[in-house]
Amino acid sequence: MSSATTRVAQPEQAADPSAGPAPAAAGAGSQPPAGGPGRQAADYSAYRVVAAKHPWRWVGTAAVALGVVAIAWSLATNPRWEWGVVAQWFTAQSVINGLVETLKLTAISGLLGFVLGFILALMRLSASPLLVSVSWTFSWIFRSTPLLVQMLLWYNLGYLYEKISLGIPFTDVRFFEIQTTTLISQFAAAVLGLTLNQAAYSAEIIRGGILSVDQGQLEAAAALGIPAWRRSTRIVLPQAMRAILPTAFNEIIGLVKGTSIVYVLAYSELFYTVQVIYNRTQQVLPLLLVATLWYVVITSVLSVFQYYIERHYSKGAVRNLPLTPLQKARKFFATHAVDSNRARSL
Amino acid sequence: MTETPTRGLVEITGVRKSFGTTEVLKGVSLTVEPGGVAVIVGPSGSGKSTLLRTINHLEKMDGGHISIDGKLVGYEVRGERLHELREKDILKQRTEIGMVFQNFNLFPHLTALENVAEAPVVAQRPGKAKSTKEEARRRGLELLDRVGLKDRADAYPRQLSGGQQQRVAIARALALDPKILLFDEPTSALDPELVNEVLDVIRELAKSGTTLIIVTHEMGFARDVADTVVFMDQGQIVEQGTPQELFTNPREPRTRSFFSKVLEPAFNI
Repeated sequence: MSSATTRVAQPEQAADPSAGPAPAAAGAGSQPPAGGPGRQAADYSAYRVVAAKHPWRWVGTAAVALGVVAIAWSLATNPRWEWGVVAQWFTAQSVINGLVETLKLTAISGLLGFVLGFILALMRLSASPLLVSVSWTFSWIFRSTPLLVQMLLWYNLGYLYEKISLGIPFTDVRFFEIQTTTLISQFAAAVLGLTLNQAAYSAEIIRGGILSVDQGQLEAAAALGIPAWRRSTRIVLPQAMRAILPTAFNEIIGLVKGTSIVYVLAYSELFYTVQVIYNRTQQVLPLLLVATLWYVVITSVLSVFQYYIERHYSKGAVRNLPLTPLQKARKFFATHAVDSNRARSL
Repeated sequence: MTETPTRGLVEITGVRKSFGTTEVLKGVSLTVEPGGVAVIVGPSGSGKSTLLRTINHLEKMDGGHISIDGKLVGYEVRGERLHELREKDILKQRTEIGMVFQNFNLFPHLTALENVAEAPVVAQRPGKAKSTKEEARRRGLELLDRVGLKDRADAYPRQLSGGQQQRVAIARALALDPKILLFDEPTSALDPELVNEVLDVIRELAKSGTTLIIVTHEMGFARDVADTVVFMDQGQIVEQGTPQELFTNPREPRTRSFFSKVLEPAFNI
């Protein structure tokens, strides 16, 4: 906003006869700049600056603006979008219930996925060859099979293993035994599938973040006798977070929409819910629009979180934190209030 | 501090270290008396930094041993065997050996004060309780004051100049009350006009009775501050002596040729 104020200030200065031009006339005005030793540097301080023109930028802006208006117009006026139907279903109880399920799946699988991913990342970075290869194999398998297949596999686990029990391996001692089909509900299969898949990806993201932290940091911490766990949590992770966060939020946003794949288990999250509704009412596009708009809302909220969390972890990484949009707005109004006050007092 | 210091005797005996097939330390032996100031000089690649890093066991040695006040670093004598210490005990030993790095290695996400006050709260120290947060804070401010940075306590490292960062790093190393301080080229990453503010702090420390072992290329400073100057080349100590002996009258031709290249003409008497 400072550029606006300077631009306002300049013509005023130029208009003021007592301020600038006098020394300029004495210095450079009469004498054309000529080469040669001993010549005085020309003084342009009283000249007006004319901003460079960008005609093509204006043409481009106009073309894009026209396109945006055309799209908005068609969205608003084409009756087939059936905005009335969208509005009617947008906050319907069944849709809201589906939305809550989607948020629940995202939160649980996101959290568990990243915790497991963190453990896998540490395993991958450990000195034990067994841990390294187990972690590698996990990521390899879960990244190379379709999520859809994993999900169906987990749901049908009862076909492969009728009972699941906890006991001492290779003996008959059992502490606990349960029918697989009872244990693995639709919800459990969904969480299991999403979590394990998410863990495989987040392990790589977290590992990348940890590797991006300078080795000297670990050395300095070790030289100070800081214990290993504290070194990871207090020194390395907060610095790794800067590299982890943008990609991690990508993953979480992907996961929000990824939960829609759970419809194959007939689990009534947002996407399955709207499918059920439009199969009944035949209003396919408006209902898909309802789901889409909710996904947009969730993603937008997540983006705001992302902005502030990234800002938190950039403490010390940049010399001075840039202003948040809110702070910028406040500053804009504050400076403009001051400007108008000043104008009044002049 | 006029009384003779009683702690901080460093004895390095026949230390060897290889990286792959390159032997970077070929049996180095050196004794630094309690409260002494040893400055190690030599061409790059001569093993100076590696030697320094073996002293606090950041680098494991392949042969020989190092002891501090008669206690082995990184190993424990049981019967007639040397048992390698567990990480926890090595960390404990390291709290008595402060280290200052060429690139400062301050924690960029913590303020100057948080950098200084972190280790005393969490590190296990031999014969000492962990500090409370409040104690560590108070002591941290004291130390920042000592290096002339009390007013920058809440600044993040990136908001400080290189010289200021290195002074914070020195305060951080001092926070654990070490017997010995290791300096690994503390001024090599600094702009020339910032070198002296760091050297002045080290000069003060030299008078305090803490044992200092310093790797540096600042010959004028070495001459000022050292009790012993050690010249290393190709993984060995070629010659050691008082600054007077080494700078003005080196015995070995290799030492003479090195100093003739690095000393300012004014020094080259």
